[in-house]
Amino acid sequence: MTWDEMAPLLWEAAGQTAQMVGWSTLFTVLFGLPLGVALVVFDRGGLLPLPALKAVLGVVVNVGRSLPFIVLMIAIIPFTRLVVGTTLGTAAVVVPLTVGAVPFFARLVEAALREVGADVVQAAQAMGASRTTIVGKVLLPEALPGLVAGLTVTVVALIGYSAMAGTVGGGGLGDLAVRYGYQRFETLLMIVTVVVLVVIVQLIQSLGDVVARRLARK
Amino acid sequence: MIKVSGLRKLYGDTVALDGVDLHVREGEIHGVLGRSGAGKSTLLRCVNLLERPTEGTVTVAGQELTALPGRELNLARRRIGMIHQHFALLSSRTVAGNVAFPLEVMGVPRAERRRRVAELLDLVGLGGRGGDHPHQLSGGQKQRVGIARALAGDPAVLLSDEATSALDPATTRSILDLLKRLNAELGLTILLITHEMNVVKSVCDSVAIMAAGRVEESGRIADLIRTPGSRLTKEIFPLPDPAPPGSVTLTFTGDPQRPLVSEVARKFDVEISILGGSVEELPGGSAGRLRVAVSGETGPALAYLRERGLLVEVAS
Repeated sequence: MTWDEMAPLLWEAAGQTAQMVGWSTLFTVLFGLPLGVALVVFDRGGLLPLPALKAVLGVVVNVGRSLPFIVLMIAIIPFTRLVVGTTLGTAAVVVPLTVGAVPFFARLVEAALREVGADVVQAAQAMGASRTTIVGKVLLPEALPGLVAGLTVTVVALIGYSAMAGTVGGGGLGDLAVRYGYQRFETLLMIVTVVVLVVIVQLIQSLGDVVARRLARK
Repeated sequence: MIKVSGLRKLYGDTVALDGVDLHVREGEIHGVLGRSGAGKSTLLRCVNLLERPTEGTVTVAGQELTALPGRELNLARRRIGMIHQHFALLSSRTVAGNVAFPLEVMGVPRAERRRRVAELLDLVGLGGRGGDHPHQLSGGQKQRVGIARALAGDPAVLLSDEATSALDPATTRSILDLLKRLNAELGLTILLITHEMNVVKSVCDSVAIMAAGRVEESGRIADLIRTPGSRLTKEIFPLPDPAPPGSVTLTFTGDPQRPLVSEVARKFDVEISILGGSVEELPGGSAGRLRVAVSGETGPALAYLRERGLLVEVAS
């Protein structure tokens, strides 16, 4: 296979990966961030201690995290159909990707929020700040470097998950490597695909590190 | 200004506060002195209800905080400033942003906030440092930011939770001077807790000594010093304890230059030898404690000293 033949394939697959990872990252933050906040706020000794609710959320998150992605993707096919109306294609992959990454990201959010000093939260309480203010103006901004680091790890994990998307016809770089590299013995294409993936992951990680370091003013 | 009565706080079976009464008058700097674990931190945190007491009431500026529902408590807290041992500044914000935070909580408009912040930073001697981040400041400067932030809501009362314990002696000095100045200029009532006698000696008008969740002794420092057997006096003026039998301990306030000892030796047929003693400069004037051995015409000599306003304790 020549470069001219490979380039359009790679280009298309990269676009699909970007689409899958982009949308699922957006939805993961949308659902995972509040879930992570809830895990901290409802905990014993939290801003609004509701230990029973926190325990339930904890179990849900753990169940989500213990399923291998490929199993999860197939297990929630009915749910995927309900949400996007189809179980095939790039859009259909965004649903399991999001469902798989939300619990993962939520735990990272939880860990980042716990790093915020109890004294800072108490100082805000002593000023008469409401719980919403404390979450919005103290917890989240103070934890921002940790949140960015967590998001970076999550995006990288999503790129990894998205390689399995070929199973349901989602396409993407991982799928390209499997179909051409493995099934058609196009070793060169497989190597190129792997290099492209490594470069993308490296770029994302470095970008995340730089942003997190900029934000961490300690 | 602050009135705490019958305060008890239990953590499970552990008694942190065991019936504490405290009264801080308006415009006063009141110290709570005790070792770690004595319950002083819990007491302070009960005053703005960061900890909810198990029993008892807390009244600040005429408002019974223990009776207020959540929303009104938050409003009341805005009139109570607090500073912390480790400063508790937001690392994500600049110095100005930190001082502006309580103003944001209160809903003060942006322009007004900016004006107030500049004013407050000038007040604590940090004018022009508003754009810095807390990590660029020294410990003393961080505490100044903490103080500016605590004053943003124009509070009637300032609570200080070991505010100088993480600072070196010279910086401690400068922060204490600042607190004293704010107390004098703004009429700010200050309740501070500390484990350092030095802090009490240099700024407090009155003090409560705590141990094992109880107040062992409290009152104006000047009054306590004249009280026989006072623990405060023993701690401010350390002398060997117990006093040797027959020795006399004299505690005096006011002018330490009065030549009372030589006066007594001249007037009465007594021999006086000095066993130990010290003089301290306290906010209410200087005070001292002297341990002497007296022989001869002891009775009339000691009576004379009592008449002159000295506290005379004879060890048996």
